[in-house]
Amino acid sequence: MFKSASIPIMVGNVKSGLDRTKWGQFSASLILPILGILLFLGAWNGVAKNIDTSLGQFPGPAQVWEQAGTLWNEHNAQQEKAEAFYERQEQRNAQRVAQDPSYQPKIRPFTGAPTFFEQIWTSLYTVMVGFLIASVIAVPVGIVCGLSKSAYSAVNPLIQLFKPVSPLAWLPLVTMVVSAAYVSDDPMFSKSFITSAFTVALCCLWPTLINTAVGVSSIDNDLVNVSKVLRLNALTHVIKIVLPSSIPMIFTGLRLSLGIGWMVLIAAEMLAQNPGLGKFVWDEFQNGSSESLARIMVAVLTIGVIGFILDRLMLLLQQKVSWDKNAVTR
Amino acid sequence: MSTQHKFKPSKRSLRSMRKGLLSLCAALLVSVTNGSAMAQQAPQVGWPEKEELKFGFIKLTDMAPLAVAYEKRFFEDEGLYVTLEAQANWKVLLDRVIDGELDGAHMLAGQPLGATIGFGTQSHIITAFSMDLNGNGITVSNDIWAQMKPNIPHENGKPVHPIKADALKPVVDKFKSEGKPFKMGMVFPVSTHNYELRYWLAAGGIHPGFYAPHKGDTSGQIDADALLSVTPPPQMPATMEAGTIYGYCVGEPWNQQAVFKGIGVPVITDYEIWKNNPEKVFGVSKGWADKNPNTHIRVVKAMIRAAMWLDENNNANRSEAVKMLAKPQYVGADEEVIANSMTGTFEYEKGDVRDVPDFNVFFRYNATYPFYSDAIWYLTQMRRWGQISEPKSDNWFMETAKNVYRPDIYAQAALALIAEGKAKPSDFPDFGSETGFKPPQTDFLDGITYDGSQPNAYLESLVIGLKGDTKI
Repeated sequence: MFKSASIPIMVGNVKSGLDRTKWGQFSASLILPILGILLFLGAWNGVAKNIDTSLGQFPGPAQVWEQAGTLWNEHNAQQEKAEAFYERQEQRNAQRVAQDPSYQPKIRPFTGAPTFFEQIWTSLYTVMVGFLIASVIAVPVGIVCGLSKSAYSAVNPLIQLFKPVSPLAWLPLVTMVVSAAYVSDDPMFSKSFITSAFTVALCCLWPTLINTAVGVSSIDNDLVNVSKVLRLNALTHVIKIVLPSSIPMIFTGLRLSLGIGWMVLIAAEMLAQNPGLGKFVWDEFQNGSSESLARIMVAVLTIGVIGFILDRLMLLLQQKVSWDKNAVTR
Repeated sequence: MSTQHKFKPSKRSLRSMRKGLLSLCAALLVSVTNGSAMAQQAPQVGWPEKEELKFGFIKLTDMAPLAVAYEKRFFEDEGLYVTLEAQANWKVLLDRVIDGELDGAHMLAGQPLGATIGFGTQSHIITAFSMDLNGNGITVSNDIWAQMKPNIPHENGKPVHPIKADALKPVVDKFKSEGKPFKMGMVFPVSTHNYELRYWLAAGGIHPGFYAPHKGDTSGQIDADALLSVTPPPQMPATMEAGTIYGYCVGEPWNQQAVFKGIGVPVITDYEIWKNNPEKVFGVSKGWADKNPNTHIRVVKAMIRAAMWLDENNNANRSEAVKMLAKPQYVGADEEVIANSMTGTFEYEKGDVRDVPDFNVFFRYNATYPFYSDAIWYLTQMRRWGQISEPKSDNWFMETAKNVYRPDIYAQAALALIAEGKAKPSDFPDFGSETGFKPPQTDFLDGITYDGSQPNAYLESLVIGLKGDTKI
């Protein structure tokens, strides 16, 4: 989170302060961020040396880098184990068919523990599902609230009530509801996945809802009048007038939502035991080995970098779909 | 999840076809040339009903039989494709076995019993495999140790073991007189640790408190001198370091972790409280077992082989097992911490390393056999501390034990292993004559004899605790 927040802000501030020479632009876009990161690494290294925990010294950049390498090696080793697993499985299947010709051999997925990189993938997948659920609900409700003052007054207290609720408060409720409602013999998704995704959805509903409502309610009156003159029906009005003009605001909301969703996900995964980055952090904390802190730090930085990338992607998307290319987006 | 699925059909399917043909030919050849031997080799146990299984465990060294059965491919030998998954705490683990997310799990011996009689979550859980003996310890914080130490007799500058709770009593009394609660941690209300810690405290005259579930009181702190509360095993050292509890009873490596971190001192191992006490079991729900009888036997077969491997040749494989357990997906603590207890030693005060060769027993002394008398001991302790609030007849203890402990399934698995030549009959109790009751046991810290066939008489012999018709 630290990196994702600090870099764009720094670039923005510096840009406005410097004179517009080429050197200034160059230093603003490259040198200064690097300088910032280096300073941070130096400070981190210095501080880390002075923190002694019962699991040993707090890891500095060097130890964290080393653990990142270890995680990568573990990933490769696990891939090899998976290869061997599939080969063995085929042999065993063949043996079984020889003994029991009625057997329908099948290839089962690898049973080993997911590696760090597979856990990153699980996290991304979970957050995307949660975010999609939230968006599918929030955008239409937001449009209704923006169009109708009375709908807005009805829904507004609920928004204000639920917006500040932490994911940790929702999670036990979601867990119990999912356990009770999602019963099947051969479930397509694991319960922990559904619990995490729904918790994410509950928490990232609100920014999209509010921004959509505000965007829709502040449509230029001229446009609304055009719609009235043309006697557009409600659906066409929404599709031709409302949606295009409120898209920048909707996307601002979506971007905020995704950011919140990513933050919430880590906590949700820790408690729901969904095999993503949150579970990785929790498991390492439980392991309490001398390398645990460095491995958790790798996860922290990964979470930050991915959060940053997600934010940039949403920004790009926002600029793409926005008709007002001069709008300040950062 | 699909992310783990790396199925590439193209090259592999060709290769597999060739391999399949080859092994088919080989099998045919064998059956033609050696028909009678083949008939004997045919599996005694039917094919598994369910091949893909997910088992839960808690990060403790006594989950070793599961890790070994996976890594040494004993599960695969049985045609089972098992995924092992660490669980957050004992409650989550039990709930997930009950609702079917897990096919089975590494459980506290008291969990199947507690669940079946309805203390906590009610659900019929059974066990056909006992995972280990011993393996727990009681640790107190450095501060409490400093206050206890003057009360402990010394020999050659070292405390004389076993250390009884008599040494702790003055400390607890001091806390009480100052009006401060004396708090300790254990891992679950029906855990072996809870009963062991209570046994140790009560033997030293410290009342650990009663439960009264019929009045809705499941805190277990009625009349208590020492207040016990639940903390998940891996968090024990951190919770004690934070000062929330002054000591705890937990499995390894979390006692040795306290020594390595320099935050506490183990005072006694459960081996010294009750020599070769039963510890963890492998529990599955009754419904699952009824639906998958062959799978269940095969799982037990694989785990018996794993337990044999762990104790083979005088613990020769233990250092390999330690490396296995130190992997982050299993126990994940540092190798040296795990090795300390797994290889037959135990470090009490920093530097005071003593030999406890039987600290972790996985197979010898019939450790894996589910004895009724073990189940009944846990039931007596549930009665003793009020988790069972009503008086019960000896017959009830017997029936409950038979409902939960399933030596019949164990025997089928063991006989199949003997028939396959993977084990010897001498490795197991004599299934023809075994009653499931160990002879009366005298190896308790306070010298009280336990006879599993006389549970109510045993309760009478214990000084502190409910007995006879007493109710809270």
